[in-house]
Order: sequence, then C-alpha cells, then structure tokens
Amino acid sequence: MATVSLEALRGPHGYLRAQTRWRRTEIAFWLATLLPFLLFPSYLQLASQIAITALFAVSLDLILGYAGIVSLGHAAFFGLGAYAAGLISKFGWGEPLSGLVLASTLAGVAGYGASVVVVRFRHLALIMITLGMGLLLHEAANSASWLTGGADGLQGVRIRPLLELFSFDLWGRAAYAYALLMLFLTFLVARRVINSPFGLSLRGIRENAVRMPALGAPSRAHVRKVYTIAAVMAGMAGALLAQTTSTVSLEVLSFQRSADVLVILILGGAGRLYGGILGAILYMVARDQFSGINPQYWYFWIGLLLIAVVLFLPNGILGGLGRAAAWWRRVSP
Amino acid sequence: MARAMTPEEVPVRTSMRTTRIALALAAALFGVAPAHAEPTVKIGLIMPYSGQFADPAAQMDNAIKLYMKQNGDTVAGKKIEVIRKDTGGVAPDVAKRLAQELIVRDKVDILAGFVLTPNALAAGDVSAEAKKFMVVMNAATAIITTKSPYMVRTSATVPQLTETFGTWARKSGIKQVYTMVSDYGPGHDAEQGFQRGFKDAGGEVVGSVRFPVANPDFSAFVQRAKDMNPEAIFIFVPGGVQPAAVGKALAERGIDAKKTKVLGMGELTEDEARKSMGDASLGIVTVYHYDHNHDSVLNRGFVKAFNEANAGRNPNIYSVGGYDGMRLIYDALKKTGGKTEGDALVAAAKGMKWESPRGPIGIDPETRDIVQTVYIRRVEKVGGQLLNVEFDRIENVKDPFKARTTR
Amino acid sequence: MLGSFVGVLFDGFAYGMLLFLLSVGLSVTLGMMNFVNLAHCSFAMLGGYVTVTLMDRLGWPFFATLPVAFLAAAAASAALERALFRPLYRASDLDQCLLTIGIVFVSVAGAAYVYGTVQQPVQLPDYLRGAVTFGSLRFPVYRLFLIGAALVVTVVLVAALEHTRFGARVRAAVDNQRMARGLGIDVDGVFAVTFALGSGLAGLGGALAIEIVGLDPSFAFTYLIYVIIVVSVGGLASIGGSFVAATLLGISDMAGKYYVPHLGAFLIYLVMVGLLMWRPTGLFGRR
Repeated sequence: MATVSLEALRGPHGYLRAQTRWRRTEIAFWLATLLPFLLFPSYLQLASQIAITALFAVSLDLILGYAGIVSLGHAAFFGLGAYAAGLISKFGWGEPLSGLVLASTLAGVAGYGASVVVVRFRHLALIMITLGMGLLLHEAANSASWLTGGADGLQGVRIRPLLELFSFDLWGRAAYAYALLMLFLTFLVARRVINSPFGLSLRGIRENAVRMPALGAPSRAHVRKVYTIAAVMAGMAGALLAQTTSTVSLEVLSFQRSADVLVILILGGAGRLYGGILGAILYMVARDQFSGINPQYWYFWIGLLLIAVVLFLPNGILGGLGRAAAWWRRVSP
Repeated sequence: MARAMTPEEVPVRTSMRTTRIALALAAALFGVAPAHAEPTVKIGLIMPYSGQFADPAAQMDNAIKLYMKQNGDTVAGKKIEVIRKDTGGVAPDVAKRLAQELIVRDKVDILAGFVLTPNALAAGDVSAEAKKFMVVMNAATAIITTKSPYMVRTSATVPQLTETFGTWARKSGIKQVYTMVSDYGPGHDAEQGFQRGFKDAGGEVVGSVRFPVANPDFSAFVQRAKDMNPEAIFIFVPGGVQPAAVGKALAERGIDAKKTKVLGMGELTEDEARKSMGDASLGIVTVYHYDHNHDSVLNRGFVKAFNEANAGRNPNIYSVGGYDGMRLIYDALKKTGGKTEGDALVAAAKGMKWESPRGPIGIDPETRDIVQTVYIRRVEKVGGQLLNVEFDRIENVKDPFKARTTR
Repeated sequence: MLGSFVGVLFDGFAYGMLLFLLSVGLSVTLGMMNFVNLAHCSFAMLGGYVTVTLMDRLGWPFFATLPVAFLAAAAASAALERALFRPLYRASDLDQCLLTIGIVFVSVAGAAYVYGTVQQPVQLPDYLRGAVTFGSLRFPVYRLFLIGAALVVTVVLVAALEHTRFGARVRAAVDNQRMARGLGIDVDGVFAVTFALGSGLAGLGGALAIEIVGLDPSFAFTYLIYVIIVVSVGGLASIGGSFVAATLLGISDMAGKYYVPHLGAFLIYLVMVGLLMWRPTGLFGRR
C-alpha cells in the first residue's frame, strides 16, 4: 500500500478496481493450497485445522487490521459457532452445511449485540471490555455444564457425511476440502468488503475515528457492520472445527484461543488481507514441528521465533516482505 | 534479500538446484519405502507435555521411561518404539488430530497416555474408528472407556474413589458432612459420587459449595464452611497450587483437622501440598489409590528406582498409572505373541490381574476398566516427616458408575 | 456475621495488595512510555524463583531473599530493556505485544526447564504463620505482613514521586514527554530506571505471592490477566489508581465468592467491565 500507482491517480474507484484485480502470486497461492492433497496426504488433518485458524485470523483482521479494533475476546464468537454447531448436531440435525449456516448466523447475531457495546469505546478500555466479555462467556459456558458438557466437553456430537458422500474420517480429506472451500469463499467476501468504499471508510475509522463522521461516514454503524461480519466468519471457523473433529470443549472460548489468533495475525501482518492466512500457516506448522521435536519445551523456540520476527520483520511477515519488496524495487536495475 | 544472479552464475546455480531437487526426491522415495529394519511395535503417547498440566505429564512420562529401562525395549521379539505428542493442555481437537496422525502417518499400533478427560474422549473416537488398542493412563471420568471397545484404563475413576469414600465416611461414624468442590466436571463428579455414597449409607449432607476453577484464595469459602459448623468437611480440588492454598486457608480460619474432620481426595495431601501446609495438614483424611508411602516390597523398589532416576522426586498417581499402563502393554503383547491388532490386544488385556506398586490390580473383562484397592489415609508425622499413612482399605473396587448403568 | 464480613474484607484487601504490588510497575511504565510490556509477570515469576532458590538450595531466611528478588527482577528488566525493548519504543503496539509475548514464552519454557513443572512450596518462618485474634476476629499473620509491605511500598513510591527530583522528572515525562525532552530531561534514562523499579516491585510481589497463590512456570501467564485488569481499571501511570483498583477487585472477588459463590468467578470480570464502561480511561486515568 506504500507505492502509488497510476490507477490510484484515477480516483478512489479506479484505485479500488486496481486492488480487486487478482495478482499472479495470489492465484499461485490458492492453487498451492491444493498441493497438500497430493504432496502431504497424511497431513490433511493439520491442514484443515490450519485452514480453520486462517479463517478465524482473517475474521480478526477485518476488525483489527482494517477497523482498528483490538479484540482480546474474539474467541467468544469462535466458541459460540463451535458450540452451536455441536449442539445442533447433538439434538438431531447432523447435516453439516445447514448446521454451518445456522451456527454462523447465531454467532453473527451475538456479534451484532456485542458490537452495540464495543463501538462506544476505544483504546485500552475497548481491549479490556472485549477481554472481559470473552472471559464472562467462558465462565458462563463452564457453569452451564448441563448444556455445554462443562470441562469434559460436549458429548454426543454426530455429524453426517458432507453431501451424504464424504465422511469426516481418519484421513481428513473431506475435512480439508470442506475447510479450504469455506476459507476461500469467505476470503472472497472479505476481499470484496475490504476493497469497497465501505472498506476504505473502515481504514479511515482506524486512522482517525473522530474525523470520519465529519466526512459523512457513519463510523459507529460501519463498525457495527464489520464487527458483525467478523463475528459471522469467526463463528463459521468455530463451527467448522466442531464439525470436522466432532469435539467441542471449553477451550474454544478460552482466552488462550483469543491470544493465539492475535499472535498469529500480528505475526503474519495485520491489515494486509493475507496476513492472517500466512500467520496461521507459519505458526501452526512451526508449532507442530517444534512440538514433535521437543514436546516439553517447544514454546521456547516459538518464543524465539516471535522475537526474531518482531526484530527483523516489523509489521509482521507481510509487512517485512512488503518493505523488502519495496527496497528491492528501488535497488533493482 | 539476495542480489540478482549474473548471467554467468545462472547455469551453475541451476545445475546445483537440479541436484538438490534430485537428492530431495531420492530422500523422499527412501522415506516412503518401507523400512526393512527389525519388527517394531509403535506406541503413540499423547499427553499435555507443555502448559498447565505439564507436571502430571512429566511424572507419567518418567515412570514410562523407568519401566522401559527396567524391562528392556523388546517384547515378544519386537522392538518397542515410543512417539511422544504434546496436546498443550485441554485440547480435544488437537488430541484427536494427533491420534489420527499417529495412526495414519506414524503407523502406531497402540495409543496411550491421556492425562485429561476431554482429550481421552476425543481420541477414543479415533481408537474405535481405526480399531487400535488404547491405554488410558490417567483420565478419570467414568464414561471414557465406553467410547471405544479397544480401550482400557490403568488409573482410577472418580466414582470408584469418591463413592467408596462416601460410604466409608458414614460407616466410620460421621453423620453429617459439608462438601466443597471445584466448579468443573471432575469436581461435580466428585461431589455427586461422595454425596451418593454418603447418603446411601445413611448420612446427611448439610450443605455444599462449589469454588470457581482457577480460584487462588479459599478464605471466603472456608469461612462459609466454618459458619455451618459441620461434623466433617469433604473437599475436592485439582492438584497443583490449590491443595496447599486450601490447607492454609483451613489453618488460618481456625479449622482444626483434629476437631472438625477434614476429608479430601488424595490431591489435597499430595507431596508439595503437605510440605507447604506443614503441621496444618496433620489429621486430614484422604482417599486415593496410590501413595509412595505404601508399604510393599514392590513399591519400595519402585519408589527407590524412581527417586534415583528423577533427582529424588517421589512417584505419584500419574507415575503409577503410566508404569502400570506399560506393564499392561508389555504383558498383553506377550500374551498375543507380538500381534498388535486391536481385537487381539484388548482380548488379552481383559481379565488381566497383576501386582502393581499400589497393590493388587486388574482389568475388569466387562467394562475394560481398572479394578483395584482403594486406600483411606491420614496425614501423620512419621520420623519427623509428614506422610499419608494408610489405615484402612476397601479391596476389589470396580467402577460403581458403570456397574449401575450397565445392568 | 460481622466477624465473617470483616474477615472477607480483610482477606480481600490482602489479596488486593498482592495484586497492587504485581501491577503498579506496569501501570507506571505503560502510562509513561506507552510500551506494552506483557512480559511484566515474567519478572514477577523470576522474583518468585529467586526466593525459592535462595531458601531451598542455599538456606537463606525468607526476609533476606526479598530484596534479592527485587534486585534480580530489576536487573533482568534493565538488561532486557536496553537490549530488546529500547529499539521498539517507536514500533506499533501490536509489535510490542508480540515481542513481549515471545519473551513470556521463552521465560516460561526456561523456568520449566530449570525448575521443572512442579509447584514450588515456600516454608515461612514460624513468626509469619498462624493468626492473630481480636475477640472473635481472626487475622492471618502473613496477610497482615502482606498488607504492611504493600502500604510501606505505596508510601515510599508516593513520597518519591512527590518529593524527589527524580519523581518530578518521572511526573514530567508522564505528563508530556515531548516537553520534558525539550526541557533537557533525559526521558530515556528516567524510563529505564522506572522500568527497572517497576519490574523489581513485580519481582517482590512474585516472591510474596508464593505463600498465597503458589509458584510454577505458568505463573507468568496466569497473573497477567489480573494485572492487566488492575492496570486498566485503575488508570495508567497512577499509583493511586492501581491501589484503589486492586483493592476494589480484591474485595469484590472475595465478597463475591463468599456471599454469592455461584457468581464467584464472574464477579471480578463483571466489576471490571462495569467500571470500564463507566470510566473508560480508568478510575484515576488521564486522557
């Protein structure tokens, strides 16, 4: 976003049109996501969980990277989606696609409700209120163990095979295909939202929330809208996890999960569309590999990785790469 | 960022790159090709090696290493290979994925470990689907073994301990009790189990309270208990930092364990807790299936070997669960002559009986769950040290929950 | 009834004092330099482990270990501040977050490696055990000691801030950093010393906390949430704010658990959310 291209000179709509064009690296990336089916057939379960985490991270990027809302409680929507999908299947409706839609909608409704509170605050108060709401929901789920199964987790989750053909089995082919497809579709939506006038105004709100209404942008309404969209996407990610693993436990609502996705997003680079996806891939692969090598102290190496990234690649990996690319463009003949 | 290659460098770099690719392909092919080494039995250990529950996992893992050191790593002509995977804590989605990867990628024959209930439940599905033998070495919720017909357990179940304790408490003369448990699954189970055993034997529960799970300070709750002035108090808290905090709160609020009977699960008086509570722990009566103080030749040897291998640290229930789990695996393999199919191993395991460092134990052929002696202990000063001294026992206890529900 | 009410107030206040000691350093440094230091509780953990090591392995008496815990945490934070944090003062909040979380991970892994994952017990001297009785009221001695220590620290901090040159410089740097620099105040130096002091206090808090809440490698994570709650409710760069917030949270936590146990865990979060909605910059915050 640092360089100014000719198209930008054609005005905001020209700029947006230029942004929405698919670059070659993007197409190559999405094609590469199909490679695990061929090259890493025994890693598909991990790949599906990476895709789910990537979706969760992209949903956080919408509110954090683009609207500037730092949320430490985003797992609330992830968890709501997961429990909703789990409970829907427990009470007899095991069809995954419709369950997914229902669960995501529920998370969205909760997101809208939360957004009414969230828009009134900024800075540290906002961070802490989102944290508080997340922690309260976690406690509530623990107390309501008659509904959620409490610390032992939800029992009796039965998901029917996808389209009655592809069951979520040991190998994880259906799981990865399902999660990847949903990631791609929601990514398209997110991309559209970001590269629209609405998306531009969000960035304005992030930079200077007080000034935006002066320009005629209803900042509170916009923030409510994007928060709801992000909640729907996070809920979808949670529902996907519940459906592909047939397990739901309290940790989907935990502070740990909110903190993890925040770390992943910052690692990849917030406000850069692909940051969440790249962060998810890097973090989860690194974590899987490190914990395989050293189950007890792997987080030492992850800590070092995080420190190294901050020191050498400020603004996340994409930020660092962006700066490197800009420098490259400047020095190349 | 590397600088661009000059035209002269390109052919050299390309040929080097081709070589590297060729080597990589060759390595991959070799990796995929079946290993013609000696036949192995692979055990996948899924435990929370990092995070909040790292200590129980470490205790269990050390006992497993000890067993393998003492008994060698070859059974029935096959070499035992252990692959360790970390769940990081309560993470059933991760546990399930790790179980699936262990089976699909690493081709393990047996799944083992499992400190936490949600992880064990999730992996149970995988064990059932892939028909793999699974040994639960700690997770104590009763329903776990119903998840897969190939699963056995070598630790204990919460009802096994708490219901037995409730019955014993009433029979020992206590007529009223006030229960205090942590507000989560195992806590609720402990409360229900103890109250059921106590009430069925004719006792009266005068009140109960549940503390929040991550509760650092118990003074308020102990105060409530004191206000009720009950004959006895039953306490359940998970191991770690809370037992000592409870004990200290009891002492600070003036609840004398000699006047008001303090009853607890074994976690309440584990080693670190006793050390921290000091003399305030004297007189607390607890129920458990193992203490390193247990007086048997086998246990003395086990504790000594464990001390030597772990810088003087004593084994606890996690250690004995892991030790007995390995014994079970080895004996089952010997019985099947090295066959690792789920059906063969679980058939061999059913009905097995042996002498464990904790006492005599066995695997119930109907429920595949553990049958063992439950001990009642009191904290006493022996030779200047505070120890859990076993003064009563109930033998051959089966899991009462499943016994009730499978009739 | 009165006895238990006073008991709850007392215990809540003591718990609040513990939180205060752990949080005051973060409040000042966050307010002064706007540096998000999530590794604050790692210094507290360091202080705790220093105390345990000195007592268990070297047989030191409890009181003697406390100043060492303070100094060790202060020294470690000074080293880290110079090496890692200083280059990042201009970086974004998110980057600071990530860096300090990385440090937390490393510190937790390090503690687990060196000390193992087991709970570290501490054996208090006999005169700190037991309780003092006034009629029907019982006051545990250790908690009295904790309250005393925290009050002494508060008095010293406030006195230093109001009546010393250094304190004046600190206040200037907090109020308006640019002006302070313009006046020739070495803001970076002031910050380095304040940072070390704040972390030292956290280390002291960690050492004092062992008796009440225990010590294991996950301490750095677990107490971070409570500390951040105190800091945000109290208001940044405010000693008084941290004091009041910690007291309020400690008492409401205790009172909630005593009077309404099934709401027990909720209460501290409800109070936090409620207070922040009423006063978004904290009870004594500026801005």
